[in-house]
Amino acid sequence: MSRKISMKQAINEALDLEMRRDPTVIVMGEDIVGGTGAQGEDDAWGGVLGVTKGLYAKHGDRLMDTPLSESAYIGAAVGAAACGLRPVAELMFLDFMGVCFDQIFNQAAKFRYMFGGKAETPVVIRGMVGAGFRAAAQHSQMLTPLFTHIPGLKVVCPSNAYDAKGLLIQSIRDNDPVIFCEHKNLYGLECEVPAESYAIPFGEANVLRDGDDVTIVSYGLTVHRAMEAAATLVKDGTEAEVIDLRTLSPIDWDTIVESVERTGRLVVVDEAHPRCNLATDIAAFVGQNAFGALKAGIQMVTAPHTPVPFAPSLEDLYVPSADSIASAVKRTLSPKGASPRIAA
Amino acid sequence: MLNERIKPIVMPKWGLSMSEGKVTGWLKRPGSTISIGDELLEVETDKITNVVEAGETGVLRRVLGEPGTVYPVKALIAVLADPDVPDDDIDAFISAYAVPASEDDGDAEAGPQYHTAETPAGTIRYAKRGETGPTVLLVHGFGGDLDNWLFTIDALAEKATVYALDLPGHGQSNKQIADPSLSGLSKAVLGFLDAVGVERAHFVGHSMGGAVSMRTALDAPGRVASLSLIASAGLGEQIDHGYIQGFVGATSRRDLKPVLETLFADRGLVSRQMVDDLLKYKRLDGVDEALRALSASLFAEGRQASVLASGIADARTPTLVVWGEEDRVIPADHAQALANTAQVAILPGAGHMVQMEAAGKVNALLKDHIAKAD
Repeated sequence: MSRKISMKQAINEALDLEMRRDPTVIVMGEDIVGGTGAQGEDDAWGGVLGVTKGLYAKHGDRLMDTPLSESAYIGAAVGAAACGLRPVAELMFLDFMGVCFDQIFNQAAKFRYMFGGKAETPVVIRGMVGAGFRAAAQHSQMLTPLFTHIPGLKVVCPSNAYDAKGLLIQSIRDNDPVIFCEHKNLYGLECEVPAESYAIPFGEANVLRDGDDVTIVSYGLTVHRAMEAAATLVKDGTEAEVIDLRTLSPIDWDTIVESVERTGRLVVVDEAHPRCNLATDIAAFVGQNAFGALKAGIQMVTAPHTPVPFAPSLEDLYVPSADSIASAVKRTLSPKGASPRIAA
Repeated sequence: MLNERIKPIVMPKWGLSMSEGKVTGWLKRPGSTISIGDELLEVETDKITNVVEAGETGVLRRVLGEPGTVYPVKALIAVLADPDVPDDDIDAFISAYAVPASEDDGDAEAGPQYHTAETPAGTIRYAKRGETGPTVLLVHGFGGDLDNWLFTIDALAEKATVYALDLPGHGQSNKQIADPSLSGLSKAVLGFLDAVGVERAHFVGHSMGGAVSMRTALDAPGRVASLSLIASAGLGEQIDHGYIQGFVGATSRRDLKPVLETLFADRGLVSRQMVDDLLKYKRLDGVDEALRALSASLFAEGRQASVLASGIADARTPTLVVWGEEDRVIPADHAQALANTAQVAILPGAGHMVQMEAAGKVNALLKDHIAKAD
């Protein structure tokens, strides 16, 4: 049966269902239970925003509160994965990956390769990404391009509750390390989600809207901004196709290229910084492989090359807006094709 | 009462979850004389686009539904009346018309529309519409669910008590199939009828559901009042194995869409929502195993394993056979297997999902057959 639940509930449900299905699934992280091993109420927190709330009551010691040492517990999770468990480690804010990045990109991502295929590392590292939460420069970044850059890591960034549940279940069942990026400003967003278990395969983009005039590609929060832009563009008679990547590595090149071959115009929207991100990656791929289909220069809409500002007025300007996406679409439709990009 | 000569045409309700629809275009002009079954307009929902057929006769006196505009279910979109009804009366009728309240509060939530029954084959989801007349059971085909009857269930429910179920392994029923044979599915259906307290029903089966219905008529003849076999399996060996394999194997929209287009004469009927809904079903744990078990049991090596035509011909169950002439999954000439003992209707311009593509005609045939057989 399907009912409306939030993305936060969907993630909690995916963890619960996989812990029921597979006794090797464990969950660890800072305050993901809250109160264990100390005086006070068990399960007081359920994670900093309550995503894992209630799981301790159901699964007990398979949830582990860890010390405030990312390098220690992410390393422990990677080692446990290599030895037969399926750990889901919550890194709270994925901005904290800096202190444990060796365990992830030099160890977890390389085991299968360096041990001749004899080692698998089925670890999921999940946590929050994205701006707009008034959490300042060290808790608001969209570092997805860093993760996507590393061979051996799979990178997932859902835009809604249905996808979050199915992609997290797939992430836990996958035999390689997965970085699962949860946009904190989408946690409360509700949609229809089946109560049963289901897995969404990696590398399958979701086409949210059909259109023949322009292709807009995005992921995470800015998918919703792209849909808003598409709704306003209809008034000018422009039908935009909106593609939600869902997974950044692997990435669904076929869906992107097939769409651009039909529309001839591409706008790529990425909440990450403008250099070496998903927008530049996709623009380069389409430029190399579908140049003949393009009727206009590719437009990129990204955050600026600055830290995420703490001032709310500036932070609101930082994330790509529906207006900036609609303007980029209009640039692809202008008679000259594409004027030089003006930094937002 | 002049009002009885004024007949409203309203936004139809197709399926249990439809709350509104968009008028995409009118096929008749104001002033046209309309007969029952005439195609009036096209309506688009988030699931499908289809033609609205006239259920009454008269002159199309007013067209109110604007193309491109979305209207709630039961909103007045046109008025039929005889030519001698004064314009003032029609205007008064329009201004007095109020959209009737939905039968179920908050039907967008679809809560009361669907029910579940606990049966020996597990939890079965079903819908029940209508309260009077004969009892009818709608049995969908391979990979389908009860929403395959979205144009059928309310039409039949005008004069019948209609049940539509999700077979085991399908829709939102239990995904485990203990016995993936026709007999196993037939036992599951009988277990469902026991659970909802139905002794005997008119079986309407589509595709694999037709074969399940036939199997039931042979094994438990007392419980099958009549058979309506729509593009039915079980009447010949041939089946498009590419369709079965494609449907089972598809995991993406790109793979699944062309497979689903095989089901319709008009490929444009395959909407994005239809593809997305089926992908969501196929991703559920247990569905892949269920579909593979059924296809191995029923359609191994590209042939239908069970042909029940001669048994049904001998059983003398009142039988209607309906096919879309352009069926690309099971050939329409399989209908001839029962030509001597059943009423056979081959409908042009429709494919395997004939109950959706030619809903008006199929519904009329079903109503007539069930009324005669009851």
